[in-house]
Amino acid sequence: MKIIFEKRKSHSVAAMIAVPVISFVFSLILTGIMLAIFKANPFITFGAMFNGAFGSMMGFSETLVKAIPLMLTGLGISIAFKLKFWNIGAEGQLTMGGVATAGVVLFLGDSIPPTLLLPAALLTGVLAGALWAGIPAILKTSLNVDETLVTLMMNYVAIMFSEFLFYGPWRDPKGFGFPGSKAFPETVWLPRILGRAHIGLYFALVAAILLWIVFKRTRWGFELGIIGASPKAARYQGIAVGRNIVLAVFLSGALCGLAGATEVTGIARRLQQGLSIGYGYTAIIVAWMAQLNPIAVPFVAVLMAALLVGGDQVQMMMGLPAAMGIVMQGMMLFPMLAGSLFTEYRVKWIRAPKRAAACPEGEA
Amino acid sequence: MELINSILTITLRAGTSLVLATLGEIFTERSGVLNLGLEGIMLMGAVTGFAASYYTGNLVFALLVSMTVGAILALLHAFLSVTMRAKQVVSGLSITLFGSGFAAFLGQRLGPESNHFRLVGLSGARFEPFHPAVLGDIPIIGALVNQDIITYAVYLLIPLAWFFMYKTRPGLWLRAVGDDPQTADAMGVNVLRTRYLYTVFGGMLVALGGAHLSLSYTPGWTENITGGRGWIVIALVIFSMWNPSRAIWGALLFGGINAVQFRLQASGTNIPASFLNMMPYIVTILVLIFITWWETLSKKVGGPASLGTSYMREDK
Amino acid sequence: MSVSVDSPPPPLVEMRGVSKSFPGVIANDCVDLRLNPGEVLALLGENGAGKSTLMNILCGLYRPDSGQILLKGKPVSITSPRDSQRLGIGMVHQNFKLVDSMTVVENVILGLKDQPFIPDLRAVRKDILVLAERYNLKVDPDASVWQLSVGEQQRVEILKLLYRKAEVLILDEPTAVLTPQESTELSHVVHLMRSEGKSAVFITHKMEEVMTFSDRVMVLRKGKVTAEKFTADTSPRELARLMVGREILFDISKKPFNPGAVVLELKHVAALDDRGLKALDDVCLTVRAGEILGIAGVAGNGQRELAEVITGLREAKSGSISVNCIDTTNKKPLQLIKAGVGHIPQDRSSVGAVGDLSVASNLAMKEYRHRPLSIGAFLIPRRIVVMAKRLIEAFKISTPGPETRIKFLSGGNVQKTILAREIGSCKSLLVAVYPSRGLDVGATEAVRSRLVAQRDEGLAVLFMSEDLEELAQVADNIAVFFEGKVMGVIPSHEANPERIGLLMAGVKQEETT
Repeated sequence: MKIIFEKRKSHSVAAMIAVPVISFVFSLILTGIMLAIFKANPFITFGAMFNGAFGSMMGFSETLVKAIPLMLTGLGISIAFKLKFWNIGAEGQLTMGGVATAGVVLFLGDSIPPTLLLPAALLTGVLAGALWAGIPAILKTSLNVDETLVTLMMNYVAIMFSEFLFYGPWRDPKGFGFPGSKAFPETVWLPRILGRAHIGLYFALVAAILLWIVFKRTRWGFELGIIGASPKAARYQGIAVGRNIVLAVFLSGALCGLAGATEVTGIARRLQQGLSIGYGYTAIIVAWMAQLNPIAVPFVAVLMAALLVGGDQVQMMMGLPAAMGIVMQGMMLFPMLAGSLFTEYRVKWIRAPKRAAACPEGEA
Repeated sequence: MELINSILTITLRAGTSLVLATLGEIFTERSGVLNLGLEGIMLMGAVTGFAASYYTGNLVFALLVSMTVGAILALLHAFLSVTMRAKQVVSGLSITLFGSGFAAFLGQRLGPESNHFRLVGLSGARFEPFHPAVLGDIPIIGALVNQDIITYAVYLLIPLAWFFMYKTRPGLWLRAVGDDPQTADAMGVNVLRTRYLYTVFGGMLVALGGAHLSLSYTPGWTENITGGRGWIVIALVIFSMWNPSRAIWGALLFGGINAVQFRLQASGTNIPASFLNMMPYIVTILVLIFITWWETLSKKVGGPASLGTSYMREDK
Repeated sequence: MSVSVDSPPPPLVEMRGVSKSFPGVIANDCVDLRLNPGEVLALLGENGAGKSTLMNILCGLYRPDSGQILLKGKPVSITSPRDSQRLGIGMVHQNFKLVDSMTVVENVILGLKDQPFIPDLRAVRKDILVLAERYNLKVDPDASVWQLSVGEQQRVEILKLLYRKAEVLILDEPTAVLTPQESTELSHVVHLMRSEGKSAVFITHKMEEVMTFSDRVMVLRKGKVTAEKFTADTSPRELARLMVGREILFDISKKPFNPGAVVLELKHVAALDDRGLKALDDVCLTVRAGEILGIAGVAGNGQRELAEVITGLREAKSGSISVNCIDTTNKKPLQLIKAGVGHIPQDRSSVGAVGDLSVASNLAMKEYRHRPLSIGAFLIPRRIVVMAKRLIEAFKISTPGPETRIKFLSGGNVQKTILAREIGSCKSLLVAVYPSRGLDVGATEAVRSRLVAQRDEGLAVLFMSEDLEELAQVADNIAVFFEGKVMGVIPSHEANPERIGLLMAGVKQEETT
């Protein structure tokens, strides 16, 4: 008796839905065990987490607050990953988006009419994110430099650059010891819809739908799919591989930049520490768990955000460390990673080979 | 001269954990596995090592605990990416996520009640640098010898690792697995087992690198004790072109910048720390570009060709 | 007590009743095989007949579902390449098992458990040189494999086996990558080994090879043994019939040769290969509408680069290329596609088709830019499926459905898909690079008749093949390539193997008539 893995002949929709769900259940079990080890009742803990995230208006809005940047960066990352361009730099692109937006607000605030200021600032943030992603893209397509690392390194450059700015030249002299830039005027405050959750949510949902349309219903999306599956074949079909990768990665960075822009104008309303709490990395996990499907990304993002918010809640109520949410995210991922095998492969039981009926004697 | 000496001393101290982790990841990547979970493993190595040394006072035990933890995390990564064929990048990142979070979690939970169960702010047993009587006063040589025993171990590890990789039979097999797993498999080398073995081994060294931080360099535990070193190590592996003998240079470079920073801050200059902090990363990007460009020019085969991909015998 | 002179020693290798299936296909069905010492056995069959599978079982890469293997009369169990190596069996595969970045010495000792912890490379080097001398397999032990030519790499593979004291050598389609001269050298090596009592199994689908190399031949068809003969007692024609089960159609009906205007013209084209060495050297060619120009020559003499230069995938360093009198030199692939040039590439699994995409997507990859498949920037998936179903029907592509990922289709069906796509959108010139390589007879005939049909409709076809028989049937004219140069162009009815063979070996045209 042997178990073998056999590649599936076509995408199995059933598997694509069942696998994440089963993996999620698994991860709940695993986390529950870990909680029990640390003497916390898993059911109460999960209940508290759920309550914290969804049980009240305030909780729900906070979940959305964290979900919005995850949605935007998650969408951005899924574009890049579809092309097998491993954009680990969402964190940096988000940060540069925030920096650029802040820059426009702080320094061009007087030169641009108030009604145009917010859109201009957001747009600049989007462009900054796009450019920050464009650099590694161009390095990859023209010099074949590995993008995993460059994007990673650029995260640190971006974060430190941002720190340099709000600790240094952009520091608000009236900061009361809290390092950060001057607060933004109300004219550029991104409107909020529920609690602290802002209209970035609409941007994200619209982006998700648009992205889905691009991938499934446009020529460009079709081409991107070919490039992702086989750049050689794409080239042979006359598709400009390098240019398309750069364009798509620009788009990827643009969405991440938008995440930073909306964070800085919608939540903090100044450039300060904690613009991103690792959203860029968590978003990789979001994108991956959503199987790079733009429609699934918002849902997964909400789930992840709920884990974080629930984790905070649980910290206050039960004295468990806030890191709980992050740990859970990690633990969620392991079963999902293991489970991903099953979307590509099918398990087959091979019965012991029948002892063949004696082969006929004699031959030609 | 005094300045150079002191910078060199700090550089070697700072570089020790980097070299350990770099050597570990070189072995892992040489088998074709990319482990992006280094930051998480280093943090876990640091926190568990420190906790062990705080409670038992036994440094050897602390190192063993640290290595075991590293091995377990690396084993998880190996299981996910080698056996379950998950995307190595995502698997590694999830270990970093989990490891960082769990390390912070432990840092807030493993401490004694007297310290609110936290580990921050405590001091435990630590490795002290030696100060040999005569040698220790000679410039340069002094910097080399005024180090703790782990650094001494690193001095030995580097040539040993190089020798193992290039002059021994298992080293040959390791390189074959990374460069061409199909051929290695056909020649009778067990690809999957090799990848597991070296991923776990690498994880142990990486965790040791983390332990050096909490047991010698810093020492003690703070939540972001590694400060992104795990990511730097990925760069250092490339910088050394997967050759253990070159691991020292990259570590010196980064350790050196760290040390210069330290010195400048100590002398009260006004350059914000953040600006200097950016430099190692920018330098790494430049080095990456350079190495890639040089490789295309010389048509030399660079890193392990199968790095990052999974392997199955009947895959066509 | 006299020993009977007539009782033969037990066969060196015997396989009894070996069967092996994969999902959906029976690769070997109750196969019996005998190999005597000092004998060369040819294993003949079309692609998919089960020859490679059978030998993979013998060398430990696959496990049989049932059956027995005996060595010198004793049953043995072979579960991994190591086992077979220990028993003295070694195989040289079509895709060499060599690590490019390592040296010959390192490759030779890779995987050998009895090597000491610190191998003595100098001793190994010496041993290799001794073996190389004895069997005339010249190679530089310190060279890295990526620096070696294909013929040299094959020698390293054979040295590997000899170093491991192999008594049975299995060679899988060994001459596919060799020049005629190198093939002759190989036959000398094999005969030398044979005289020492070693045995060899040759896997091939070429009749000429069987006649030249072997003492006995075993024919496989669809997993079963259909014949076993002494080579001296049979002929290529009989072997072909045994291989295929019916007379091979040596004739494909073509309309009379009536070429139209010049479609493709190359003037003094030069190009480099991936390593920067000269691949095309002052190439001048023309192909007219309604003509099939065949390109003969051992693979690796510039054929692939020729196709790439014409279709915009490779830079022409000098010279000019024109399609329908419009200069297309160094234009981008998209422009060539728009100019009506179709390309059936050599690498069908990763360039011609995209494995992870569906058959429908693969079929749409040329036409998706226009109506009706797309309107403006938007694609209409429904219409893609409609078109796909139409083409699947028309080209008889065997697939569970249009949404099946193409990597699961057989080589022949993948090729049919590529053909369907390229022919559907090609208006002036079709470039086909080894289109029937690796296909079974049914698929091969389908490919050939399609090309001829297109030519009959007035298309110009550039057709590259290693099979002279095929070229003689299908092409109107044959150009022979050697080291990137056109050695000569002969009308196919005047082509015979000797004449083409000379051209292929580098003897210029004037000297052959």
